Amino acid sequence: MSEPRVLVLRAAGVNCNEETAHAFALAGAAPDQVHINRLVERPEVLDDYGALAIPGGFSYGDDVSAGAVLALEIDQVLGDALRRLIERGGLVLGICNGFQVLIKTGLLPGPGVDSPAVRATLTDNRSHRYEDRWVRLECDGSRSLFLSGSDMIELPMAHAEGRFTVGGPEDLAILEEQNRVALRYVAADGGPADYPANPNGSVAGIAGICDESGQVLGLMPHPERFLFGWQHPRWTRSPLREIGDGARIFHNAVRHLRS
Amino acid sequence: MWHLEVRHREAAEDSLVRRVQRDLAWLDLADVTVVETARLYLLDGPLDRDQAARLAEDLLVDGVLQSSRLEARDALDAREDGAVTVARKPGVMDPVEESVLRAARRLEIPLTGLRSGWCYRFRGADAAALARIGEKLLANPVVDEIHPGERALRPGGPTGTYAFERVEVELPADDDALLELSRRQGLSLDLVEMQAIRAHFAELGRHPTDIELETLAQTWSEHCKHKTFSAIIDFDGERIDNLLKSTVFRATRELDRDFCVSVFVDNAGIIRFDDDHNLCIKVETHNHPSAIEPYGGAGTGLGGVIRDILGTGLGGKPVANTDVFCVGHPDAREEDLPAGTIHPARVLRGVVEGVRDYGNRMGIPTVGGAVFFDERYTGNPLVYAGTIGLIPRDRCEKVTKPGDRIVALGGATGRDGIHGATFSSRELHEESESVDGGAVQIGNAITEKRVMDVLLAARDRGLYRNVTDCGAGGFSSAIGEMGETTGARVELSEAPLKYPGLSYREIWLSEAQERMVLAVPPEHLDELLALCASEDVATCVLGEFTGNGMLEIAYRGESVAEVSMEFLHDGLPRPVRRATWSAPAPDPLDDFEPRAADAVLRELLAHPNVASKEWVIRQYDHEVQSTSCVKPLVGVHGDGPSDGAVLAPVLGSTKGFAVGSGLAPHYGDVDPYHMAMAAIDEALRNVVAVGGDPDRTAILDNFSWGNTAKPDRLGALVLASRGCHDAALALRTPFVSGKDSLNNEYATAAGTICIPHTLLVTALSIVDDVTGSVTMDLKEAGNLLYLVGLTRDELGGSLALRLHGRRGDTVPKMDTATARPTLLAVHAAIRAGHLRACHDLSEGGLAVAAAESAFSGGLGAEIDLDRVPGAESLADFPVLFSESLTRFLCEVPRERAAAFESALAGMPCAAIGTVTDGDRLVVRRGDRVLIDAELEELHRLHSGGLGRILEGADRV
Repeated sequence: MSEPRVLVLRAAGVNCNEETAHAFALAGAAPDQVHINRLVERPEVLDDYGALAIPGGFSYGDDVSAGAVLALEIDQVLGDALRRLIERGGLVLGICNGFQVLIKTGLLPGPGVDSPAVRATLTDNRSHRYEDRWVRLECDGSRSLFLSGSDMIELPMAHAEGRFTVGGPEDLAILEEQNRVALRYVAADGGPADYPANPNGSVAGIAGICDESGQVLGLMPHPERFLFGWQHPRWTRSPLREIGDGARIFHNAVRHLRS
Repeated sequence: MWHLEVRHREAAEDSLVRRVQRDLAWLDLADVTVVETARLYLLDGPLDRDQAARLAEDLLVDGVLQSSRLEARDALDAREDGAVTVARKPGVMDPVEESVLRAARRLEIPLTGLRSGWCYRFRGADAAALARIGEKLLANPVVDEIHPGERALRPGGPTGTYAFERVEVELPADDDALLELSRRQGLSLDLVEMQAIRAHFAELGRHPTDIELETLAQTWSEHCKHKTFSAIIDFDGERIDNLLKSTVFRATRELDRDFCVSVFVDNAGIIRFDDDHNLCIKVETHNHPSAIEPYGGAGTGLGGVIRDILGTGLGGKPVANTDVFCVGHPDAREEDLPAGTIHPARVLRGVVEGVRDYGNRMGIPTVGGAVFFDERYTGNPLVYAGTIGLIPRDRCEKVTKPGDRIVALGGATGRDGIHGATFSSRELHEESESVDGGAVQIGNAITEKRVMDVLLAARDRGLYRNVTDCGAGGFSSAIGEMGETTGARVELSEAPLKYPGLSYREIWLSEAQERMVLAVPPEHLDELLALCASEDVATCVLGEFTGNGMLEIAYRGESVAEVSMEFLHDGLPRPVRRATWSAPAPDPLDDFEPRAADAVLRELLAHPNVASKEWVIRQYDHEVQSTSCVKPLVGVHGDGPSDGAVLAPVLGSTKGFAVGSGLAPHYGDVDPYHMAMAAIDEALRNVVAVGGDPDRTAILDNFSWGNTAKPDRLGALVLASRGCHDAALALRTPFVSGKDSLNNEYATAAGTICIPHTLLVTALSIVDDVTGSVTMDLKEAGNLLYLVGLTRDELGGSLALRLHGRRGDTVPKMDTATARPTLLAVHAAIRAGHLRACHDLSEGGLAVAAAESAFSGGLGAEIDLDRVPGAESLADFPVLFSESLTRFLCEVPRERAAAFESALAGMPCAAIGTVTDGDRLVVRRGDRVLIDAELEELHRLHSGGLGRILEGADRV
């Protein structure tokens, strides 16, 4: 079977592109790292790919606010190509800064086909600091194609603007009803998380959401940073696992792209 | 021009409100309330209201949380009701401007200029309080402008025109007048050097131009030439010809280790890594800029050392950063600080934020470091930043050829940072802030990230032959250095400028950040320029390298400098310096009566030098690039202080390296020789404890010293350098790179405050398989605890003794016969898988190490001091708290005990206790219980202090 092609976006300040491409390659995809300027010149380049990944980093320095300038750029130059990608069943993954970009383009929470559009944003952490720490996450049967079934995973997060918040309770209700909360911060016992288990104060512990189609996923934690057992912060305390929890997100994506 | 104000609809949603409110307690202004903050933009250009509103809506305002107000700037009514407006001074880097202009172009909105700023509104603050808040909390007057009132953001960048005039400087025949000229122009050259320049130009029969003089001053600065280290030194009658060559370099030469690829010649040292790659490493200081502007100083310090790696060989890819800060006491009272200094807590917050914002944006993990506190650092804090790079083995050589084009990449040139090299070669004083403000820059990491991306791509395509970074001295140093063997012809008007009005002198000397200089063969020029343009990296072709050995500089075709490379690089007269050393007054401990051991342990754990640095470390992305194996924080609670960091820098491979650092300034008060050896020992312990191979370890020296024109300072430097030599030989660890920063003194009316002589040693060690690494947290009840290494009565300079207000005389000394075999044996035991945990003993000795390992593992420990090697002749206090070198606390499963002991055969080593599943640390000596403490309490003492102090909650 051919390797699904994944476009890993580069832009000034994007800095997790190499490891994100590596994660897709390990999962069996054929990733290319493509600079946004090449897409500005020829947006139809995206038509050659089954998935778009927007990696973490500080696109354009996160000047103004995290992801804002790259989001505007994508919206202006890539809007049609992205619509085509989604219409033909392609996937979009935004990690950390990529999630912030997807939120600011409006691709997440998404346009609202079966229900009113959800108003949501990502803003400053409640701790008002950049923080790098590992979090426990529950994925509980969301419609995201990147995640399957119920599961508890651990991943690192590293950001200053990751607090997910919504316009009002009705927005949260829609996300919950439509099973679009893809990942939720939970405490060590699996229950609701306070700081630091919920590292940024996100409403309802939301760490990642998907659109109505399940094809677009944005998440603040970094799955590409936990591909091997030795990347876990406490790996020296127990027998070494071969594969890290983050790998499954890329495997699920590749499996979908092949189907 | 449009004025846009963006604010949160709910102040409770605005994290800046909370942060400023918290910080007000620092100024004893807890009664003042922060009402709200607003982001301000002045939008310039022929855009109409609809376009301005669209820019606001699409980019500048978060519709879910924020509201905005858009007004014509002319229609603004300035108000002054309890508000402060802050913006970067015109001409100081504000990256927001570039980003918004880019976005506006995408939206086809005719925005031509932008100013951004902040407005803060307060309740309960009078004008004096507002002024204090502005200056102490919201802004740094060195780089920011502060206006009372709201809506006070003013337009304007630096404008101006420059009328070319070639400036010649007549060098007076009178020596006093000559020296005065050096002082007045900030050249930092002494009389002998000025005389050499005068003689040289007399021979040429003309006066030097201003930039000839300045170029010589830069090239001959202490910062660039290390004049002190290479001087002839009279050390109490003994003649030393070049201290550096006779100590640090000599050790490397004598060792002649085969894993060294390039030492002391390039911008960083290079060692072997795997079949395809070498590793390069460099550590720099950025002390003086950080004293004046902590945030900008630390950020640009890190930016500079990253460029050193980009400028090593044909360019290394940065894979890890380290940082070490030495600052005054974080809980010092404002009124106790020397005049003109910034509060140490604010310095530390500033430098942490500077490293955070630069390192995180670059996408380079910050994986190691230290924070060290002593009141003598208050006026002159130290900021060390290090970078490790990965470089293909066939990209380590560089050479400039005549005909190569001189191409500058990256940021435009502005008026920033002129005189950095000479400034850093002087003492700081009360007025430094106002006098030397021009030496400070604010960096833009994204510009450097762009440069890095294209530079590494161009390297792989083989588009250039030589590269170096623009650091101190700007183009002057970079081009002077690259053209040393060829000569160079430069046209300064080709350099892109941040704003008009710069003179040729300013262009040549500017230390504007984020610039690299390449030597590009003409046949590759077009491809290189196209590659840079394709990723929005600015370039300019400044000229070419020639073959005539001259540095020829022109501005719009008119010659402004013509100086021979030979005189520039070799014309510096060698000074003779006097050095002396006498031991400090003795502090015998005959009358010493220690406090109870358990109380001392608690004090030690809470002391800022020992207490958890989690508050600092978590603000750094230490996992970007997905290479992190042993993280700076380990253990069950994720806050155990790891001795070193281990990374696997090549994706898909488990071959890695360990990095660790060592410094022991307080031993230097007693004995600089043993201080240096202790720093090297600590750096080695830190890498070996996590799995680094001591036999494939390279080290770096970074001296931060006082004014070495004073013979006692220089005497201490001689001794420390000799300690470096002897320790390196004993451990067979070569120095591969180093840097010195002298004149770290702070002049006050009451006299000069000299920093503790501070040698930072950084160790880089190969780890063949990172999955064999070990961490310091205890793992399993029932396992044995071994102490490796001999404990001696070496309390001199120890933290435990200092807590008692004493210094002592007997500092820890390296046992040069057993240190290396001990490190090798511990490493062999780790490789064989005998250890579950390993923690080095440093500040606070055995007691602190045992407590840290226990609470980090969530497991108890029981220890019997009678079994400690060396204890038989020692009182309890030194057994617990002595900081004797080359010691490790090792956790070994019982079934591995025999194998472990045989691996350590011949070394001082004994089982001193066990891991328990209890929640206490119990230390006995025979029947006497010396410490019986709850782990939770010890953990709390260790984890709390620093963050609380820096977050302000502890300050009343």
